[in-house]
Amino acid sequence: MAEATHDEVHRHPAPKGFIRKYIFSLDHKVIGIQYILLALTAVVVGMIMSVLMRVNLSWPGSKWSILGTLFPTGAPGGVMSDSFYLSLVTMHGTLMVFFVLTTAPQGGFGNYFLPIQIGAEDMAFPVLNMLSFWVTFVGFIVLLTAILAEGNLTVGAWFSKLGASFAGGTGTVGPIGGWTGYPPLSALGPIAGPGQGAGVNLWIISIAIFCVGSLLGALNFITTLLNMRTRGMSLMRMPLTCWAWFTTAILALLSFPVLLGGGILLLLDRIAGTSFFIPGGLFVSGNLVPQHTGGSPLLWQHLFWFFGHPEVYIAILPGMGATSHILSTFARKPIFGYRAMVFAIFAIGMLGFFVWGHHMFISGMSPYSAIAFSILTLSIGVPSAIKTFNWLGTLWGAKIRFTTPMLFAIGFVSVFVAGGITGLVLGQTSLDFFFHDTYFVTAHFHLVMGVASIFGMFAATYFWFPKMFGRMMNETLGKLHFWITFLGVYAIFIPFHAMGMLGMPRRYANFGEYAFLKNAHSLVLFVTIAAIITVGIQVVFYFNFFWSMFKGQKATDNPWEATTLEWTTATPPPHDNFAGVIPTVHRGPYEFAVPGAPRDFVMQTEPEGVEVAAELGDRSGNGGNGHKH
Amino acid sequence: MGRVLGIAIWVITILSVLMFVTKHWWFPEAISEHGPAVDHQFMITIIVVGISFAAAQIGLGWVVWKYRDSGSAQRATYSHGNNRLEVIWTIVTAVVFISLAVMGQRVWAALHLNAAPPGSYQIEVVAQQFAWTFRYPGKDGVFGRTDPSLINDEGQNFVGLDETAPNAKDDIQVSTLVIPANQPVELILRSKDVTHSFFVPQLRFKQDLVPGMKIPVHFTATKVGKYELACAELCGMNHYKMKSFMLVLPKEEFIELTNLPPAQFLTRKDELMAKYQLPQY
Repeated sequence: MAEATHDEVHRHPAPKGFIRKYIFSLDHKVIGIQYILLALTAVVVGMIMSVLMRVNLSWPGSKWSILGTLFPTGAPGGVMSDSFYLSLVTMHGTLMVFFVLTTAPQGGFGNYFLPIQIGAEDMAFPVLNMLSFWVTFVGFIVLLTAILAEGNLTVGAWFSKLGASFAGGTGTVGPIGGWTGYPPLSALGPIAGPGQGAGVNLWIISIAIFCVGSLLGALNFITTLLNMRTRGMSLMRMPLTCWAWFTTAILALLSFPVLLGGGILLLLDRIAGTSFFIPGGLFVSGNLVPQHTGGSPLLWQHLFWFFGHPEVYIAILPGMGATSHILSTFARKPIFGYRAMVFAIFAIGMLGFFVWGHHMFISGMSPYSAIAFSILTLSIGVPSAIKTFNWLGTLWGAKIRFTTPMLFAIGFVSVFVAGGITGLVLGQTSLDFFFHDTYFVTAHFHLVMGVASIFGMFAATYFWFPKMFGRMMNETLGKLHFWITFLGVYAIFIPFHAMGMLGMPRRYANFGEYAFLKNAHSLVLFVTIAAIITVGIQVVFYFNFFWSMFKGQKATDNPWEATTLEWTTATPPPHDNFAGVIPTVHRGPYEFAVPGAPRDFVMQTEPEGVEVAAELGDRSGNGGNGHKH
Repeated sequence: MGRVLGIAIWVITILSVLMFVTKHWWFPEAISEHGPAVDHQFMITIIVVGISFAAAQIGLGWVVWKYRDSGSAQRATYSHGNNRLEVIWTIVTAVVFISLAVMGQRVWAALHLNAAPPGSYQIEVVAQQFAWTFRYPGKDGVFGRTDPSLINDEGQNFVGLDETAPNAKDDIQVSTLVIPANQPVELILRSKDVTHSFFVPQLRFKQDLVPGMKIPVHFTATKVGKYELACAELCGMNHYKMKSFMLVLPKEEFIELTNLPPAQFLTRKDELMAKYQLPQY
């Protein structure tokens, strides 16, 4: 099916003006970079928030005059209030999950490299692609507005004029509901306390807009991958990155509409007086709430987690794809078990739709459902383990080149195992009695969906930077960045497990009142110091990124001696990716160390007959040369 | 670089495993009938987790140590995988993980798939921003009628008790949970405003309190003492301040307390709160 040519249909001329070229560009490569820059911006805000949270936990009551100046109501006299802390929790989660972990891996690197890796000249729907970025960007601006609407008295006063549910200026930097925004807290409006006014409305609107942007992107990815593969690029010859982006797009297509629906219902509960999530007979802040009746708080949890769990895989799968790709390249060895990798990534994606209830064991949901969800949850560990085994198999007998992208890819495997394996604890209903909503959970998901995904993206950045910008990133700075970050994330998140063992609840602005947490204080301080160092070292990454863009060593077309299509074209690639000469693919994506071949890598475009020992290639039936034709 | 990375991964692995093995940061002592079973299931799980974690990390450290590019002319091994290995590790992990999953339902099923045993003492738990109210049926053993429109926090009527109703007169509303040792207790959990969560670490028990729902749960505490009770579901600005205590009394002391009329109940409760101490941590 990939044999059809598609010469003129999707072609569009290279734009001339600055605006069409760099701002409202239709070029998937520019859009990809826009997504990456958006993520690089959002992650700075998210990291600053995490440092502020750590500071508040370790030195409660300490004065930060700059905070007092910026947020006179949220940090009066420069001392962070409890509500300020909780809004940091909420905004940190929202920014990171949506605008970092969902944008850079898929919208960023996927956008840039999926079309090139399958030999297409652009995405199937370039206009849709442009819209998907700009819609997402608007979502980001709306979310940032929540900071001002709640944190700034003047802006808050403007919003307050829009109605009671828009009351602003309560001294937070956004809503107080966590990134999960459970109603009725998130649905009741200002009577439920500070940070329940304009910030929540903007938060919901931002996420709804984000859902639309992600949907547009997902449609584009699926169509492009199915219809625009070049001659010879059969599905089983695609790089594993493409399989990851494809699966991610399917997850996004099926899960974001549910969140969008849920978000609209929640907004209606807040501003239109509906009662989807608010039951009757509530008594809030000294007042009866007679206008609501019949809603169900659990309905939101189901809708949210039906999206929320696939979202975890939306964040991590592209990182898995990039890691597989980069491990094979620098191991100078074919990926171990290509077919098993493809099946595993699909199995993770599909099973990911049947496990959302493990977030809700103790929610009041039927205990029978909990048992079903629990068993399905632990079975998702099987494809995850298969991937880990195959990564180790890829490195077995390898000839590893320890470049910065390779270090981050190896780091990904390590962190993914460390974070993923505790899913075996948390997925059991009986153990959730204790661990639910403790730091054990925070440790688990930060390592597996946060840090591992980010490591995948760091690997991808160092790996593809030369192709994107025509220059290499500095290796010395890259390695420095790797080492501090790798040790740093373990120093931060392994102690979280110990706090979880003590029973430390998440989302507490202060632990001082609880005797059972007495032994955690040294850990809390240790983590804070590790977090400050780890966040600080990211300055090196930012410097390397922007400095190398202009001053880095010039890159050749294939600096890593890799095999896939992006390395066959110019650096950076021309507007139509292959300068009008669409490549033909003759073999699988990871043909390294082929016996008899003149070099230790064989490009996908090299015709058959380069190697003499082709019979070795198909022995295991795992991809290799793909189908013969 | 390969050797350094290999060693770094091993050191991280050893430190992480040690953190659990030394038990320096560990569960507080379990004080419920089902608690030791939870701890036992955790031990089994953490051993499986620990072995898998260590094996994967040590393996990773070993391959990056062993298979670094040492500059020789020899190429890497040309292999696309091994189907037999794929089948073996898929089956082994499936068997181990699914077995853990099935074992991990036992305590849960025993508590949640069965109604409270006969003779359980019933207490109603009502959560609100940022306080707990525990209602005792009083001497008659029957709860009086409630209505949200009768709630009066200033008047200490947190649950909206209809004081004119029969059976309501002797109902007691108190901010500390007092339960008998070695007798099953059934809590009826509800919330007035937003979602909260009942968590006593020593009980190995946690359950959300959801507005609009009455959730009955049951357990048996086995050790007399005073324990902290925390809210484990984000409920607003003072979430972390939503703290209370659970007092587990010897059965006779508990019966004596619950037979007292409301005013004396509260005084006696304060005396008992002072009598018992928190565990040493």
